Amino acid sequence: MTLKLALPKGWLQPDTAVLLERAGFALEGYDASSRSYRPVSRAFPDLFIKIFHEKDIAIQVAIGNYDLAVCGFDWFQELRVKYHTHTLVKIRDLGYGKRDLYAATAKGSPIHSLSDLKAKEGPVRIVSEYPNLAEAFAFRLRLRNFRVMPLWGAPEAYPPEHADIALVTATSPKEMDEKGLVPLAQILSGHAWLIANRDSMERKDLSRVLGPFHGIEPERALSDELSIAEMGQSVEIGPPHPDEQTVMLALPDGHQQVHVQAFLRKIGLEIRGYESSPPSRRPALGMKGVSAKVIRPQDMPTQVANGNFDLAITGRDWLRDQLYQFPSSPVKELVDFGFGRVRIVAVVHNDFPAARISDLHAMLHSGRIPVLRIAAEYTNIADQFARVHHLSPYKVIPTWGATEAFLPEDADVLIENTETGRTLAKHNLRIIETLFESSGCLIGNSQSLEDPLKKDRIQQLVEMFRKGLGA
Amino acid sequence: MKIPKCKGARDLMPEEMQRFSRIKAVFRKCCSSWGYKEIRTPTIEYLHLFTSAGTLTPEMLSRVYSFLDWDGWSGERVVLRPDGTIPSARFYVEHLSHLPVARLCYIENVFSFEGSGQESRERWQCGAELIGGREPEGDAELIMLALEVMDELFVSPVNVKLSHVGFYKGLMEALGVEETKREERLRQILSGDTSVLSAIQDQPEDIQRFLKLLGGLRGKSLGFLANLNAILPPSLSRLRPYLDDLAQVAELLDGIGQDYEIDFTAGKGFEYYTGIVFQFYSEDILLGNGGRYDELIRLVGGRDAPASGFALSIDSLLPLIYHEDPAAPSILLTQPGKEHGNMKPLFDLARELRRKGHTVMFDFGRERASDCRWIVRLEGDSETGGVALRDTKTGREWKGLTLNDLLDTLGRHHSRTTDHPLRDSN
Repeated sequence: MTLKLALPKGWLQPDTAVLLERAGFALEGYDASSRSYRPVSRAFPDLFIKIFHEKDIAIQVAIGNYDLAVCGFDWFQELRVKYHTHTLVKIRDLGYGKRDLYAATAKGSPIHSLSDLKAKEGPVRIVSEYPNLAEAFAFRLRLRNFRVMPLWGAPEAYPPEHADIALVTATSPKEMDEKGLVPLAQILSGHAWLIANRDSMERKDLSRVLGPFHGIEPERALSDELSIAEMGQSVEIGPPHPDEQTVMLALPDGHQQVHVQAFLRKIGLEIRGYESSPPSRRPALGMKGVSAKVIRPQDMPTQVANGNFDLAITGRDWLRDQLYQFPSSPVKELVDFGFGRVRIVAVVHNDFPAARISDLHAMLHSGRIPVLRIAAEYTNIADQFARVHHLSPYKVIPTWGATEAFLPEDADVLIENTETGRTLAKHNLRIIETLFESSGCLIGNSQSLEDPLKKDRIQQLVEMFRKGLGA
Repeated sequence: MKIPKCKGARDLMPEEMQRFSRIKAVFRKCCSSWGYKEIRTPTIEYLHLFTSAGTLTPEMLSRVYSFLDWDGWSGERVVLRPDGTIPSARFYVEHLSHLPVARLCYIENVFSFEGSGQESRERWQCGAELIGGREPEGDAELIMLALEVMDELFVSPVNVKLSHVGFYKGLMEALGVEETKREERLRQILSGDTSVLSAIQDQPEDIQRFLKLLGGLRGKSLGFLANLNAILPPSLSRLRPYLDDLAQVAELLDGIGQDYEIDFTAGKGFEYYTGIVFQFYSEDILLGNGGRYDELIRLVGGRDAPASGFALSIDSLLPLIYHEDPAAPSILLTQPGKEHGNMKPLFDLARELRRKGHTVMFDFGRERASDCRWIVRLEGDSETGGVALRDTKTGREWKGLTLNDLLDTLGRHHSRTTDHPLRDSN
């Protein structure tokens, strides 16, 4: 019987590697330089191990794809707080990777306490990478009117103007301070955990893998239940809020950052603080009446639709993903920059016997695959793809990165982006369909484009961008 | 490939639907004759409606079906309604707040996630709300209306349990339970967990004794409330108005001759209740509950309007009621040798029979004759005696009938008793 273990990529990886070394797993291929997603244990050659983005691990164990995993407590709780079926069990506090979850605002916010939050007129806007914990927090606090805005990242960029409160994790109060955040309450605190699928724990013999963990005791286990501990805060003055005439522009971090920097330089738009890595969340833009913030391109269509930003530079892929979910969303493409060009493709593993979409139909029809599992960061594009091609039954598995790792065991098809196709080929994957081409584009809120206080300046910016393309 | 129903969902069979329809019909009839007007609110409401009241517990809210609508880019979530009263309160505020008193009723489904798979996640209820009245007579009216519905459905005996949320809220305050823990404690008490009461150890002895009594006694009359009033420790004297509240309703029920039980452990339900709460039980099955919610209308944005109401669980009532199919016995209509011929004579004959209240099905050659009481064969012209009839129960046959002969014969054999088999003849 093969046992399956899921391990995290990212910030928990070095400490997890050290722990597994001490526990005698003798892993190969689990270090930052390794490009494979399948480390091998010399001590347990038949143990199947896969590396996932830390956000994906708890769900993979919950649905039974993996028996055991090392997982940040925060992602475990994010899943468990929303879904009541207890398919996950916590086995052991591993004693490293401590993080705290805070409800925080930023300097200059009129909200200084949880009671201010409760007393706020109108909806309380909560941003977080942990939307389920954010909702549980709002329920627990009995907020009467609130909106949770789920984020891919950069929550510190939002309060105080674009959110009343952010639910963020940090390894220390210093980290919060560096991000310009003011914690109002600590909600959770925890380490990395060893977790298991309940059914595996009840039915399978996992002892030979659990055994080595046994000798390793953490110094101190942390309480792991949601509880709201308020923290006293003094009033701090922050930067002035943008007034209602200010045009808000969102600039991307990540892959597109270099392209955007080069483009802004080319058109002579001065900007300070955007070139550093990580970039300042609030770079200074040399144009009167326009304010810029740096956020994740994935979050931009939603943030433009809800009016937090008037304009944003993102990719057409994320715009489409938004419009598939919300067809009447007030966001539209204004300028196609042409940089960061990628193809959005449907991909299968080379061992998977399908060369085109009709092969998927045949496999579903014959019952060779009972349900087509489509993994994607672009969940709405994936959903649209399955519906348009009548791939029934199907399910979309949302992922947060390292999506190539899902094939072939944990998904049948991926919806991915690719520039040259080389990375896909390296992972033994094959493109069966190109959905569309995507490149960097300027998107805008259609109501802002009509706003008499803003429309002239927006038009001026759009013209600058268009001219820059022609030059 | 067989596609099963959703996990936690429930199918209702034709026989169950007959009973379901009967419950709806009886409920509508009773409510209408008491002056309650039926309304229907949408299945989907804003989540904000249910959080704005600030009264549903975080635990309940975490089991609500919520999602982003197609225009939900702002993050505004919508829900499948988890409760019927709060939408009714919204309805009143939105459409009827000019009325000093509104009597409303509804038959609606409510949704809440249930993880064990034992219970349905969609539940049906029929509810009545009396908005605008502060008088205990209103509470008595609602209790008597609910009992009349159940009596008409021949569900008996039904036990009425009375309790008072205000009494408990006051008790928590008097006992100095921390404000943050009060709701939690109240929830425990309302869900029937009286261990909380005895857990309040550091109280003076007279209070402890009183609380123990409270958990253990079930009052059957007004006298019980008078007894409690008499032994109420002086430090709990602030609870007296709540006992008086209860006494007013109990006195009204006494006057009507309606039995009840005062049970301070009863009252499981929602936290928007502010005063008297009541429950209806058949043995240990909770059939419905209700109570006074004087603050809810204001909390969902209306003026200060006191109100009370109840909801009966259709799912709990279904297995308890008897229902005879009014359309039975049915007729199978055939036309031998005319498989794809002119169907007009068949349709004409069927229409005449249906007009007389018979259930008529056409025979396409696949029906089982034994499923029907009567088989009618159209062998010629129905005007000139071309009809044959067979009673599948006795095997008896009639031939050469005209339409009028047929109706006469069916009428003679089809006199149904109107007496209900479960109803006592006294």
